[in-house]
Amino acid sequence: MNMQQAIKMTAAETALVDAYTAQIGDLPGDGSVLSVRDTLVHELKTAGLPTRRVESWHYTDLRTLLRAVPAADPAAFADRVEALVAGATVLAVRNGNADLKSHAPEGVTIRSYTDSLLDGSAAAGLAVLGSDDAIGRINGGLVRGGLELAIADGTELEDPLEIQLVQSLGQAHTRFPVSFGANTKATVIERHLSTNSAESLVSSVSDITVGEGADITWIILQQQGAADTHLGQIRFDLAKDAKLHLFLINAGGKLVRQEIHGKTSGEGADFKLRGINLLGGESHTDVTFTLGHNVPHTTSTEIIRNVVFDRAKGVFQGKILVAKDAQKTDAKMACNTLLLSDDADLSAKPELEIFADDVQCGHGATVADIDHTQLFYLMARGIPENKARAMLVNAFVAEIVEELDDEPLVEALESVISAWLEKHA
Amino acid sequence: MLQIKNLHARIAEDGTEIIRGLNLTVKAGEVAAIMGPNGSGKSTLSYILSGREDYEVTEGEILYNGENILELEASERAAKGIFLAFQYPVEIPGVATMQFLKVAMNEQRKYRGEDELTTPEFMRRVKEAAAELKIAPEMLRRPLNVGFSGGEKKRAEILQMALLEPKLCVLDETDSGLDIDALKIVADGVNALRSPDRAVIVITHYQRLLDYIVPDTVHVLYKGQVIKSGDKTLAHELEANGYADIIEAAA
Repeated sequence: MNMQQAIKMTAAETALVDAYTAQIGDLPGDGSVLSVRDTLVHELKTAGLPTRRVESWHYTDLRTLLRAVPAADPAAFADRVEALVAGATVLAVRNGNADLKSHAPEGVTIRSYTDSLLDGSAAAGLAVLGSDDAIGRINGGLVRGGLELAIADGTELEDPLEIQLVQSLGQAHTRFPVSFGANTKATVIERHLSTNSAESLVSSVSDITVGEGADITWIILQQQGAADTHLGQIRFDLAKDAKLHLFLINAGGKLVRQEIHGKTSGEGADFKLRGINLLGGESHTDVTFTLGHNVPHTTSTEIIRNVVFDRAKGVFQGKILVAKDAQKTDAKMACNTLLLSDDADLSAKPELEIFADDVQCGHGATVADIDHTQLFYLMARGIPENKARAMLVNAFVAEIVEELDDEPLVEALESVISAWLEKHA
Repeated sequence: MLQIKNLHARIAEDGTEIIRGLNLTVKAGEVAAIMGPNGSGKSTLSYILSGREDYEVTEGEILYNGENILELEASERAAKGIFLAFQYPVEIPGVATMQFLKVAMNEQRKYRGEDELTTPEFMRRVKEAAAELKIAPEMLRRPLNVGFSGGEKKRAEILQMALLEPKLCVLDETDSGLDIDALKIVADGVNALRSPDRAVIVITHYQRLLDYIVPDTVHVLYKGQVIKSGDKTLAHELEANGYADIIEAAA
């Protein structure tokens, strides 16, 4: 008997494999796509979900934490919600089904990802990033749809594009390959929502390439329900002088893993990650980030701010790799945490792996409670303690939001944050 | 207005006794100066009056308009009209100055059962008070006290005092770090607030500030006690002769 098959599958593993088996013949894909899917699901079956023994999953033992997987319900309906900011073009994806009727702004081509599965052009992109890429594996095995966007060279979008993923229940697996042409300028909002309290599982992979001289802001706003599992991954590749400002807000979900994997491929590329994790209840939220500075003269800064209440657990893993030839790399990573309850927990693991010798790289992590001098100052002006605390927590994360330099967007995100804090503080 | 009776207090964390049997009475309309060498307990007294939790009162009481305030939170004391101008105003990145002013004014009004200010009314009041204190609008657009110079911070404290219209103002070393022009602006701001129903306690090391804010009474604090009280001539005496004689006489 084969040793690998000796693993006793958990309920969640069985449910994922069953979901695949049940859909054979129905999952979109040509021969090449189906063969990739088969491999991925076979790996899932033999290796199982990752445990803490897999280094990149050390703080998020998915095999233990993912207790059950809700079955897909093809008849389920999810409402479309209003755009985060007025004027945005909403590309709705409801319970995994992309609505292709949206009117695309000039310079933007929208294609159904299902079509790319059917004609086989999606096959290469389905490959996992490594043997520990559980999200890529689950998503690649089960993905049915999504959107493929191409933004033509020189296009400057005035209003944001909002990819709006609304999940009411069950499971959905979607993908979003997006290519930004040279010298494009755009803001994309990837927004994950849940419309009710039913349990759901969502996996979503965004795969973006940023062309020469492009200047892109990509926002991931995750606001799923307290019973939801969110497995998100974004991959990016930056060409010469390309700029990507990736802004992540986690403000929901029960079990959340958001992975960010990127590389700089052209000199002058600049990457900025700003992350806000608002964690409460019994939730578990993991942000795992890797960035390869692969060529000389590229820059990156990463700032993560965590606010942890109740019995919530947060994880930040950040790894910056500087290749041997990537001289003059400038990379700085910081992870700051406000722990607001004795039972709250946060694990931070910043790492640098540097093979070049002429670089400027640094990282730091802090964990603190509310500053008592600041709290007293506010109270001495007549602001009651609860309100003063909320103001200080808000201030801790507001600094980062204000960097966005887009007033309607800043206001919208600030109201998401204050609504969350009002509910949890 | 304020009666402090046999007050004893210590640092909560390590139990060090700072205030040792302090008695002080300040009447409405009065400007009282509290002077004393370093470490005599001047700043501690200001923190205890305003309700900072790092200190523990072990004996005695503080009556404000006849009410013992020791059980009240700092925010409640503020809403009842006690204002502390900080020696070191605290920088709070991420909190906009205007938002802070509005929240503070309205929270105090709410506590007292008054209607909240409308935004235009709030703006009008801030604009007027800021102009009096020569505070530029750009300063008000910055986060609270962040990037303010020493003088700007002190002026911002007086601006808050003018807007919150307290009944008992405690100025903790408001003169420290101010050049003479800034000192005059701050003193003018304080003098403008003098009124028969308001009391001011000026805590200072030096006579200098008292040339501009002329006190009705002067109290010398030493080792946590008021060892001598007098009128404004006491301050001149201290300036000329130092604390040694008075300390010796009290010993």
